[in-house]
Amino acid sequence: MSMPYYVSPEQVMKDRAEYAQKGIARGRSLIGMICSDGVLLAAENPSKSLYKIGEIHDRIAFAGVGKFNEFDQLRVAGIRHADIKGYTYSREDVDARSLANLYAQYLGQVFTHEMKPLEIEVLVAKLGFKEEPSQLFQISYDGTVVDKDNFVILGGDAQQLIERANDALTDQYPISEAIIKAIDILQGPDRTLSSDDLEVAVLQDRGQPRTFFRYDHAKIREIIDR
Amino acid sequence: MTLPIFSVDRDPGPDFRALLNEYNINRPGEVSNLDTLDIRHGTTVLAIKTADGVVIAGDRRATEGNRIAYRSMEKVFAVDSHSAVAIAGAAGPAVEMVKVFQIQVSHYEKVEGSMLSLEGKANQLSQMMAAHLPLAMQGLVVVPLYAGYDLANKVGRIYSYDITGGRYEEYDYATNGSGGRDARSVIKMNYEENLATDGAIKIALKALADAADEDSATGGVDALRKIYPIVAKVTQDGYYRLADSEIEDFINA
Repeated sequence: MSMPYYVSPEQVMKDRAEYAQKGIARGRSLIGMICSDGVLLAAENPSKSLYKIGEIHDRIAFAGVGKFNEFDQLRVAGIRHADIKGYTYSREDVDARSLANLYAQYLGQVFTHEMKPLEIEVLVAKLGFKEEPSQLFQISYDGTVVDKDNFVILGGDAQQLIERANDALTDQYPISEAIIKAIDILQGPDRTLSSDDLEVAVLQDRGQPRTFFRYDHAKIREIIDR
Repeated sequence: MTLPIFSVDRDPGPDFRALLNEYNINRPGEVSNLDTLDIRHGTTVLAIKTADGVVIAGDRRATEGNRIAYRSMEKVFAVDSHSAVAIAGAAGPAVEMVKVFQIQVSHYEKVEGSMLSLEGKANQLSQMMAAHLPLAMQGLVVVPLYAGYDLANKVGRIYSYDITGGRYEEYDYATNGSGGRDARSVIKMNYEENLATDGAIKIALKALADAADEDSATGGVDALRKIYPIVAKVTQDGYYRLADSEIEDFINA
């Protein structure tokens, strides 16, 4: 009888993590920022129809980087979870934290039990209501959840972008100003991104239950040119 | 609850009702020995086409048999930014149908990343009516009116339904409920093509007032309690429900 090869669990996890990180690093970056009048999500995305940012519920948005089909499946699952919950209980009972935990559970499960980890990182953004502050939940490929109350950067060269963001973001800004800062952080000193390379959406109170709004390219161009 | 992820062959797609079925939520059971007089009923609703879209309105009374069960019932609901539904018939199942319809429309929009066409939404409601037929046969009849602004063709549209899910596009106006016939004759006398929205609102209020005058199950303006009919308009700018003060101005004008 032949003995199966022994591979230490440390090695398995390390290999999987490396594999996932490589996949994520190939994609372009995304930034989520809490603003004085809402939440801003901005991504470098040359595609005009394959969105990285999406609406989950009245006050919750989703963003993902990495393999499109993998994070898009989680986006749709998030919408389903939120709509079922809002239907069975009440729309105000749909909360971002429990969704972030579900994502974490799922990503963690796939990471430890499946051959191939998901090559994605996702962000769940919540727009605050009354006394409750806005929040950003970052969930990594292995199921680690981190919550932030200023900004989150996902994707490709996150480390470099975080350094840039730490220098640029010292306060909470209104969305109109934050968009300019977000674009600066995404493009860095050596590149110029045009409105066609950008995807921008916000969660903002406008007197309606649904707070998610996507900016079209014309509007992004107008903001850049201003 | 775990994350709702499905295998490819069982994926409900953008269909919220199929999703509810996957979870066995909201499967109606058998009803027997139901006395429909014990059930709360909504009464008169109407929709009128205008030059800029549609006006949709309803009275506020709900009845249980010959008793007034509720004085401030809401029978007109925004479905999304550019359409509205008004309901008559058994109030419980009707309000539930509206709730699922509203979620269904926004669920599709979120999952697919684009809005359903007005006709697509009208068909969704038609399928919900067809699914409701067994309960309707047992006395829980629900009759909706669906009206909205068709953004692709830049016109207002009105759809009426029967209990089997039959869907009929109306080209001028439609009414429903116990006072519907009285309301209808008032609209018929005053309707003309390309009505201004304000003119249609006046006709709608007159029609509801006449229905309340003739039909005991339809509520009129309750000045004492400050309860006014619900009137909404849907134009290119979207759904707008008139405030009570605006309705008061129309009535006093």
